[in-house]
Amino acid sequence: MKYEVVVGLEVHAELDTRTKIYCNCTTKFGAEPNTQCCPVCLGLPGAIPVLNKKVVEYAVKTGLATNCSITMLSKQDRKNYFYPDLPKAYQISQDDLPICTDGYLDIEVEGKTKRVGIHRIHIEEDAGKLIHSESNNDTLIDFNRAGVPLIEIVTAPDMHSSQEVKAFFEKLKTILEYTEVSDCKMQEGSLRADINLSVKPEGAKTLGTRTEMKNLNSTRAIVRAVEHESKRQIEQLEQGLLITQETRRWDDAKCESYPLRSKKEAHDYRFFAEPNLCSIIIDDAWLKRIRASIPELPDDKKVRFIKQYDLPEYDAAYITSSKPLADYFENAAKISKNPKAISNWIMGDVLNKLKDGGIQITGIPISAQRLTKLVDLIDSNIISSRIAKQVFEIMWDTNDEPDEIVEKYGLQVLSDSDTIKRIVNEVISENPKAVDDIKSGKKRSIGFLVGQVMRKTDGKADPRIVNQLLSEATQ
Amino acid sequence: MNHSLLTISDITKKLKNKEISVIEIVKSYLQKIEKLNKTINAYITVCNIDAEKYSRVLQEKLNSGEKLPVLFGIPMALNDNIVTRNTLTTCASKMLGNFIPPYNSTVNERLHDSGAILLGKLNMDEFAMGNSNESSYFGAVKNPWDFDRVPGGASGGAAAAVASGLACFALGSDTGGDIRHPSSFCGVVGLKPTYGLVSRYGLVACASSMDQIGPITRNVEDCAVVLNAITGYDPKDSTSAVIKYPDYTAFLGEDIGGLKIGIPKEYLDKGDNGEVNQRVFDACKIFKSLGAEIVEVSLPTTQYAIPAYYIISSAEISSNLARYDGIKYGYRAKDCQDIEDLYQQSRAQGFGSDVKRRILTGTYALSSERYEEYYKKALKVRRLIFEDYENAFNHVDVIISPTTPDTAFKMGEKFNEPKVCSNYEYTVSVSLAGLCAMSVPIGKDSEGLPIGMQLIGKRYGEGTLIKVANKFEEACNFVKTEFIDL
Ligand SMILES: [Zn+2]
Repeated sequence: MKYEVVVGLEVHAELDTRTKIYCNCTTKFGAEPNTQCCPVCLGLPGAIPVLNKKVVEYAVKTGLATNCSITMLSKQDRKNYFYPDLPKAYQISQDDLPICTDGYLDIEVEGKTKRVGIHRIHIEEDAGKLIHSESNNDTLIDFNRAGVPLIEIVTAPDMHSSQEVKAFFEKLKTILEYTEVSDCKMQEGSLRADINLSVKPEGAKTLGTRTEMKNLNSTRAIVRAVEHESKRQIEQLEQGLLITQETRRWDDAKCESYPLRSKKEAHDYRFFAEPNLCSIIIDDAWLKRIRASIPELPDDKKVRFIKQYDLPEYDAAYITSSKPLADYFENAAKISKNPKAISNWIMGDVLNKLKDGGIQITGIPISAQRLTKLVDLIDSNIISSRIAKQVFEIMWDTNDEPDEIVEKYGLQVLSDSDTIKRIVNEVISENPKAVDDIKSGKKRSIGFLVGQVMRKTDGKADPRIVNQLLSEATQ
Repeated sequence: MNHSLLTISDITKKLKNKEISVIEIVKSYLQKIEKLNKTINAYITVCNIDAEKYSRVLQEKLNSGEKLPVLFGIPMALNDNIVTRNTLTTCASKMLGNFIPPYNSTVNERLHDSGAILLGKLNMDEFAMGNSNESSYFGAVKNPWDFDRVPGGASGGAAAAVASGLACFALGSDTGGDIRHPSSFCGVVGLKPTYGLVSRYGLVACASSMDQIGPITRNVEDCAVVLNAITGYDPKDSTSAVIKYPDYTAFLGEDIGGLKIGIPKEYLDKGDNGEVNQRVFDACKIFKSLGAEIVEVSLPTTQYAIPAYYIISSAEISSNLARYDGIKYGYRAKDCQDIEDLYQQSRAQGFGSDVKRRILTGTYALSSERYEEYYKKALKVRRLIFEDYENAFNHVDVIISPTTPDTAFKMGEKFNEPKVCSNYEYTVSVSLAGLCAMSVPIGKDSEGLPIGMQLIGKRYGEGTLIKVANKFEEACNFVKTEFIDL
């Protein structure tokens, strides 16, 4: 039997606000445990929350960027449960009136566009972090993260393969980065996803029993978990077994999942409106200001790049998948006469170098302006493309201007016809066999002769002149 | 010399005239506490050292001729659910029996800056749940008028302390009547401000949507003075009122001619205690003689106020008190097997039975099976009660009722009574509607126990309450003179 996989995601993104959601503590990552807390985020008796307006703004921004409706009057609710990392024994979240509802994102998978629905986006506070001591059996709690603002983005069960999940997740990540709502540092836990997955016989109307896998914190883990869980569920069904509705823990190192707790022990969260906070009222003026603060989003940017800079679809999609990369490209492209060449450089040498060095685009040692200069040097025939690669290497390591490098190492194109002619004649007399081959119709051998000329000129000879002189001499 | 029955303005005058020093005043209060607290048990913690230290600082200011703030040198005390930095804040519970907060409540900060001197922390019903003060982990408080009787609750220690001269004034907290009820039983003035008027930052929550801190004082003038010191917008409290805060002392001595005072017919029809109702009717006569008009009003939904209050407050309590788990602070049970066991044992041993009953009730009312039937329905009733008051206040400026249906009852008499809130029938609807109300002494019953009258005001109508109560007080001077000096 053929099966269909049905996946929905719940994505938690830490918002990149300076302070926490209900107090003035900093949200900076990596400080000594319990140094970024106060009575409010520790939930000390008598301390009460005050909502950080930025959090609302960021949630609305995300909602607008994902085609959601904005709830003009929403509220915050308490979600009650006991856990040692939850200082008040309830999390302030949103239950029935989330800030954003009913949005979608379009994704591209195997050349086809597909729409994935977004049920809702709501704001909530993060919990602390449990640290299991290695020296003894103690569990320690770090409350630095308690009260860091989160948005939870809940999708419709609209994805049917790991590729679709990957495409959606990456698209969402790009939008969060573009809007500067989250830094999306997955290794720091800024972006985590829960996967809800079920399988059903292909064409069946009702959904199968679903399982939930919590807190996946890399794209790779998400893809592997979806693939593994689909396979596991299908195998169960094939063996005539039922799927248990349960929460499972994904162990990415072992590429396996384990049941955590079944629905029977599920919590009754006893949601009710948080009495310490007022309703969140978003008026038209505020909404307008937030809308105006949203930058051009990746889809629009891609279309514009294709049109304005004549980029191939693939290159444009790749470059706009990261805002810093797109910014880098555009900073160079807008001052360059040859944006297409800029894109080629980025897609090739730049990305390779970044990858080799494990460097983010934001840390690139060659400024967009210098990359433009390099392309200019090629286009105005001052250096050859081959020499340009050498110049690029030197630029990467030295921080020098490309024209200075060309000057310093004498890398200009050799375009003096007399000099080239002398070398061409030398090569012809040294390679009589190749010349004979050409004359007898093996035109390809001309490339060999060009190579010989280039070797003798350290690659600096103007290839057009070399070609021209060689064909004249071998006619 | 005994200064313990002086009012704020008395003390201020004597300090300015150098008749007494701040140091002397504080000493005399501390001596009286030393002598009487064993009997009355109004204080859980007495801050001798800090109080004397601050009195010396203030005395120096007085000597140097600096401009003095409004509560300069006034000895006062706070309910033990109001957070005081570096001073034990127990909520009268074993659970917080060792809790020393690292931060201050807004009200304590404001009082300190106004020159008030904290004598100590006052006994109360555990986590402010109860109306007899018998649920305190630190023992019951006695009514200073009759040691066999309760002082009312939950802020019983506060009312008893002010009535017996163990503090010049006190701040209590009121969720369903917890300032007004003991004020009535102890014969003092107690104000529950409009929800949002006084910052709740640093008030350990009972039911957050109704909790308010308010003053308990010996007369109405003191109430106005203290209210001035503790009100004002607080950015640390999201529900803090964004209004222009008036000078409440400006309402003192104002005329009440033409003012309309409403009597809810639903309340006076009941007539549980003829004596209490009779005194309220007497008060109406006095108001008439002062030029006010008495109008009958109707509050039909208030008959459902107690169950609605019980459900909503219990629901919030169940959530508010969930944080006391023995992990981070407070009581932790010993010899537990695992974390679940630690939670269960700490909570089982740390909370008293009333608190547990409320947590269980609230958890049940919020459960997904019961939410619609209980919690949601109670919220609807709350809305209707609010509308009842709105309608009534279209016709009148103030509403009058008894504060409690009876005077102080005997200890042990009602402790295990299932109708936990029965004594709150006149006070809870005001809390549900978020309005302000004041309990004012209007004399004694045949057994010599104080009777209180409740004046209910519109939202932010504290000024009107002060005006009306102050005029009444002037008209019957027994309120001012009758204090017990034990
Ligand atoms: Zn904090």
